[in-house]
Amino acid sequence: MSPIIELHQIRKSYGLGTPVVAEVLHGIDLCIQEGDFAALTGPSGSGKSTLLNLIGLLEKPTSGQLLVGGQDTAGLDDAAITALRGRSIGFIFQFHHLLPGFTALENVMMPAIIDSGWPTAQAQATALRLLDQVGLKDAAHKRPSQLSGGMQQRVAVARALALSPRLILADEPTGNLDTHSANDIFELLHSVNQTQRSACLIVTHDPALASRCARQIQMVDGQLLPPG
Amino acid sequence: MPVRLPFAWMVCLRYLREGRMQTVLILAGVTGGVAVIIFLTTLISQLQASIIDKTLGSQAHVVIRPPQAANHTTLSPDSTAAIIQPRAQRLRSVDQWSSVSQLAAQTPGVLAVSPMVSGAGFAVRADASQSIALMGVEPQAYQRIVRMAKYLRQGLFDVSGTNVVIGSELAKDLGITVGDKLRLVTVDGRNDLVSVAGIFDIGNRDLNRRWVFTSIKLAQTLLDLPGGITQLDLRVENLFAAETTARLLQAQTGLTVDSWMQTNAQLLSALNSQSMSNNLIRFFVTIIVAVGIASVLVVSVVQKQKEIGILRAMGASPQRIMSVFLLQGGLYGLVGSALGSALSLGLLNFFARITRNADGTALLSGDLDPGVVLSACGLALVVGLLAAALPARRAARLDPVQAIRV
Repeated sequence: MSPIIELHQIRKSYGLGTPVVAEVLHGIDLCIQEGDFAALTGPSGSGKSTLLNLIGLLEKPTSGQLLVGGQDTAGLDDAAITALRGRSIGFIFQFHHLLPGFTALENVMMPAIIDSGWPTAQAQATALRLLDQVGLKDAAHKRPSQLSGGMQQRVAVARALALSPRLILADEPTGNLDTHSANDIFELLHSVNQTQRSACLIVTHDPALASRCARQIQMVDGQLLPPG
Repeated sequence: MPVRLPFAWMVCLRYLREGRMQTVLILAGVTGGVAVIIFLTTLISQLQASIIDKTLGSQAHVVIRPPQAANHTTLSPDSTAAIIQPRAQRLRSVDQWSSVSQLAAQTPGVLAVSPMVSGAGFAVRADASQSIALMGVEPQAYQRIVRMAKYLRQGLFDVSGTNVVIGSELAKDLGITVGDKLRLVTVDGRNDLVSVAGIFDIGNRDLNRRWVFTSIKLAQTLLDLPGGITQLDLRVENLFAAETTARLLQAQTGLTVDSWMQTNAQLLSALNSQSMSNNLIRFFVTIIVAVGIASVLVVSVVQKQKEIGILRAMGASPQRIMSVFLLQGGLYGLVGSALGSALSLGLLNFFARITRNADGTALLSGDLDPGVVLSACGLALVVGLLAAALPARRAARLDPVQAIRV
């Protein structure tokens, strides 16, 4: 198994250059391998979201080394980081964050459209297959507002899978759903992990859900607790 | 998905459709702005063309005359001051007029040159006499300066032999018509019996009463200027370059050269202030359209903040995000200017139908100048893009993490 993301002594501070500097992450070492199915838990304010944003290349660390597929991201410019993020990482947010003006199908196609610049027939076929996979083939031409919360989140999962990313980052993907839908989404992520070998990192507050993941990463006050 | 558009177009069109009300309102604004600009520009340029045609249709653009005669007095070394009385200006010929005429004809921008012998005289018939301006011309050359054929009401513009062409008022005053005889008399008593070959109406009662056209030869005889001419009339290609041409010729010949812009200074200043007010209106309309587009897009960027963050998280580069909003601005400008052109065409045709000249002819033509339309559309496109630049930059600079959290 090869590492997808490696973090070495990652620190993140906010308010640099002001009198109040807050360090949120205090030297994180973490490695996410291909096929990992990991839960990231911890109390609110422990820095889970910040860590997820760093891993998702949405933010840059203040210090430390962040490697994606063995490549150091420190030397990359914004365009390269954006392209790398689009191609290798799929996001699932707590509040689905679908684009309201586009149909479910268009939402799922969007990462591919952004990647190639055009909506291609191949992207459409992939999107339809993914919607089928999440059980929403019939809802392909509906707008997000016409779908239930669970369905919206399933569309979001399908969108995260659009470019077959090596890593899926899910920020409380079930936090807003009823137990039944939450279970569906979790199973969906699990099956994707099993069949496509995409690594999943799921931020959750739900201990039951976390315990079903193959790997648990716990975070307290900006630091990772040692495993076990 | 029947039509496949690139990312920026797809997102841009979807945003325009989502914000239907905003889109319709700002398009109405741009349409109105473009229509006002095109309509006003066309209206004013047509009216100006009509005024210029009416005023300058009956006069030369540039006139070359002999220099004013002046006294040359040598002051004695002891004197400190002297009163020099200006000399009375007698009728004189333009020195070397045929070479001056050639020089003028070869000057760039000069379309036609026509020599003229003019002086004061009287038209006498029986007991009636009228003071007139005697104008000896070469009909063909003069027709290139003033299109007499257009003003002719009776007969022909024929001044051969002892034929003359007179104005309608003079004909009325003397009670004569084409074929009748009258006597032309100058101040030193020279006179000749002539016959009327044509009667013109130049649109100015005073000129219709005073102008009498004869051949150059007859005028030379009557005014005692054998072989000489009193002025050269010029027509230039670009009306508003007449003054430049006049100054150039004055420098080259040392003669007195006047352009219409000097002799009609008031007309020129009226035309200029008309153009200036048109430019002011255009300027403010453009600013208002730009502010309208910019404000709609600023609001749109704020509304779409979260979506922009999501698109960025999915790998859309800042440039792609920027192009979405630039496209919106450009489309507002382009579509608005197309609608505005159509609206101004409608307005113009409406006004062309309801406004009439004093003589009942149409004051305006309903035709749009393609150049005006194209430049208004180009302006609207550029203004749309420029107005969108700031909001687009703001959208592109949004931090995806912050944007999604909103």
